[in-house]
Formats: sequence, C-alpha cells, structure tokens
Amino acid sequence: MTHAIEIKDLHKHFGMNEVLRGIDVTVEPGQVVCVIGPSGSGKSTLLRCVNLLEQPTRGKVLVEGVEITDPDADIDAVRRRIGMVFQQFNLFPHMTALQNVMIAQQRVLKRGRKEAEDVARTNLDRVGVGEKAASYPAQLSGGQQQRVAIARALAMSPDLMLFDEPTSALDPELVGDVLAVMRKLAEEGMTMLVVTHEMGFAREVADRVVFMDGGVIVEDGPPAQVIGAPQHERTRTFLRRVLHPED
Amino acid sequence: MTDQSVAAEPGKPRLSPRKKQQISRAVQYVVLVAVVVGVVLYADWTSLAQNFAKPDVAEKTLPELFTIALKNTIIYTVGGFVFAFLLGLVLALMRLSTVRPYRWISTLYIEIFRGLPALLIFLMITFLPLALPGFTVPGGTYGQAILGLGLVGAAYQAEVFRAGLQAVPKGQTEAARSLGMSAGRAQATVVIPQAIRIVIPPTTNQFVSLLKDSSLVLFLGVSGEYVELAKFGNDLASQYANATPIMVSGVTYLLVTIPLGHLANRLEKRKVRAR
Repeated sequence: MTHAIEIKDLHKHFGMNEVLRGIDVTVEPGQVVCVIGPSGSGKSTLLRCVNLLEQPTRGKVLVEGVEITDPDADIDAVRRRIGMVFQQFNLFPHMTALQNVMIAQQRVLKRGRKEAEDVARTNLDRVGVGEKAASYPAQLSGGQQQRVAIARALAMSPDLMLFDEPTSALDPELVGDVLAVMRKLAEEGMTMLVVTHEMGFAREVADRVVFMDGGVIVEDGPPAQVIGAPQHERTRTFLRRVLHPED
Repeated sequence: MTDQSVAAEPGKPRLSPRKKQQISRAVQYVVLVAVVVGVVLYADWTSLAQNFAKPDVAEKTLPELFTIALKNTIIYTVGGFVFAFLLGLVLALMRLSTVRPYRWISTLYIEIFRGLPALLIFLMITFLPLALPGFTVPGGTYGQAILGLGLVGAAYQAEVFRAGLQAVPKGQTEAARSLGMSAGRAQATVVIPQAIRIVIPPTTNQFVSLLKDSSLVLFLGVSGEYVELAKFGNDLASQYANATPIMVSGVTYLLVTIPLGHLANRLEKRKVRAR
C-alpha cells in the first residue's frame, strides 16, 4: 500500500536560518496525524512543504507515491488532491461563500456551473454554514469563515487534508465549531495532517501525534504515549507549559 | 538670570496661551480682509468682465462647446484611458514578473514615459510619419490623440496597478495555488480582481489627469471637427479677441473634474472603512 504522505530527510533553510533539519514522517491513508510543538519549531513549514507552498532545500516529499519534490512533477495536479486550510482562512474576499467554494471546481476541475453549485451547497451544509452561502467573507465570523474554507477544500474531493493551525486565529468561543467539523471529517476516514495547539483534539482524534522542536521530530507515536506519557524531557516541558500555563 | 527672564515681570502680565492664539487669529483676519478689500478696490472689474466673461461671446460657444469640444475631450480621454489601463496592467504584471527581462523592459518604459513631459510625447507623435515613411497611426487624429494619452497614462497606471497587486495578501495566492490553480489562473481569478478594486480610487484620479492632459491634443495641429475643449477655447478667443471662450472651456473642464475628484475621495473613504 502506498503511503498517503511520505517525507524523507526534509531540510528547509530560510537564508542562514535552518527551520527544518532532517524530518522523516509517514502518514497512512485514513490516518489523522497531529503535529504539535512550540512556535518556531518548524511545524507550519513542514506542512507547507507537503504541498510545496515552501520549496524544500533538501529531501523528498511523496504524496500518494508521487515524488512532488521532483522538478518535473505536475504540482498543480498533485495540489488538486490535497486540501489546505490556513490559519488566516484566506477566503477570497471579493466572492460570496458559495462562489468561494465553486470557483476552483469550475476553473480547475472544469465542472459545470450547476454541478459546482450542487457540490458547493452540499459541502457548505456539511460544515454547517449552508445558510451563509450568499454572504461575503467580511460578513462572517471567524469560525464561519474557517468552515467555508474547509468546505472550499472539500469541494475538490481531496484525498488528504492539511490543516495549518486552523483554530489559532479564532475567538475562543468559535474554536469548538471548527474542531467539531474536523472531528467529523476524521470519523469519515479523511487522511489529515494537522498542525495544532489544541491538545484535547490531538489526544482524542489523532491516530498519531508528532512533537517537533528546533526543526526536528522529538517524538512520534500514539497520543496516549506522546501526550499521555512523553519519553523526552523537551516534550514534557512543552506539554507542561501548554496544559498548565499558570504553574 | 534665566530664572528671572522666565518669571513674570512686575507690571507687565504675561499672556495666556489662549489670549495669544486669539491675538494671532485677529491679526490673520485683518490681513486677509485688507487683501480682499485691496483686490476689490484696485481691480478693474468692468475690463475683467469684458475680457473674461462677456455674455454674448460666451453664447457664441454654444452649441459646439458641447457637441464638438466636450465630446472630443471625452473621446480622447476615454480612449486614452482604456489604452493606459490595459497597457498599464500588462506593464505592472511584467514589473512584478519573475522573468528578469520583463522587469527590465517594464521599468525602462515606466521611467521614460513618466520622466518625459507629456507635451514632448505629443510632439514626437506628430513626427512619426516622418520617421516611419508610409506609416500612419490608425484612426487618424483620434488615433494619434489616444496613442499619446495612452502611452503616457500607461506609465502612471502601471505604478498604480503595481501598488494594487502588491496590496493583495500573499495568502490569497497561496489559497488559490493550493486549490490546484496555475500561477496565471490564480492571478486572473483571485489577485487581479482584488487589485482592481483596490486601485479604483487612484485610477479615478488618473482619469482626471488624462482628462486635463487631453488639452495637449492642441499640439497635434487639430482643427474643425477634431478640436477639444482647450483648442476650441483658444480658437474662439483668437477669433473674438476675447478670453471668454477660454473661461468657458475652463468651467466645462471643472464641471467634469470636480465631481470626479469628489467621487475618488468618496471611494477612497469607503475603501478605508471596508478594511
């Protein structure tokens, strides 16, 4: 069976700054893998390398067996199969929620207007913002915007989804709605790579948790192990700070 | 010593800041009134009115003022504007391109056409047939005028577009590319439409600029049905040996430029609110 994502010895430098220093991760189809770690640990960069929003300095990234780091790879074709959800939502502000979810279906998958609209409405309903189809992003709350962004990615029928701190820009009371949608997706069997600070979500939903620090993977295992019984001091320090910030 | 100078001198109370401000304002008003009174008393109003606002001369500008002069001004301006808008967008995209020669060409163009007086461009256009024997600008006088205004306007519009394109957040392109759009597709469907919205206010100002620059068509040596407001006013002024027609075309320009200027301001404010 081919891996959904296979990352081998991934390095990324920004100038003199070594953000990733040899990462090896594999995600199997249907798995939910959460990446946790302090800010600046390189976890967002790692995620952005998986759909080549960042060009790795060295190493290989394979998505469903296709080496996307090969200069001859058709990156647009690979990206069609990878849904991406951003911290800042990045909805297109000049389009309604419905148009946001339709546009790539029409322009990239060449679906007809009718079909694109049907798929868009189905997916907006699926994430619970069906009644906001006619609203512009500026008229929506952060939680609603993020759910539209998830629907936009889902409408492309991706094989896997990348989430880059999807709840970090949200007001606390809106985080739950977005996490509920992601939980439902995970239950439906979607392959997900999630960079998050939500330890509860990681513990309950993830099949595996990856703890990163300083551009390397410190621990990789089931949540009960990495969050429940961490082996490394760095992991323990991080979790202590996240779970009991006031101690 | 310093302490003494700061302290109030006996018998000469210091002025409060409020009092000082009142005096300063009073002085300003007195000077202003004196200037106005001086102008009113010493100007020869009858002679001024005779030369700049003579009703019977003003009447003679009609109806050609609107049916020919204003019409042509608008044709030259709108034509030049469309030309400048399209070429400006291409130049801006070239300037932001990753292809280095595109950037060179665009930068060179913008530097040259922003650096030269528009008048010089118009003068050169009149010499084009000499430089290129057998070549005529398509569209005759209209074509020449639109070419001149378009070439100059494009350089400024390119810089307006560049600022607009750069104001669209990088996340927009990333979201579009993540959905599988090619770089060009992402520009066309996501970045450029947003950039155009951003540049509407400065572009309105560019339009006003072009409208005023359309007066340079005068130097193309146009006549008859091709005259625009400036040339029209100038011709009639010579004919009647009276400046009234120039005043009249001036007022006609203002009828268009002032509302457009206000429109640009309002669009700008609305944009600020929308953020």
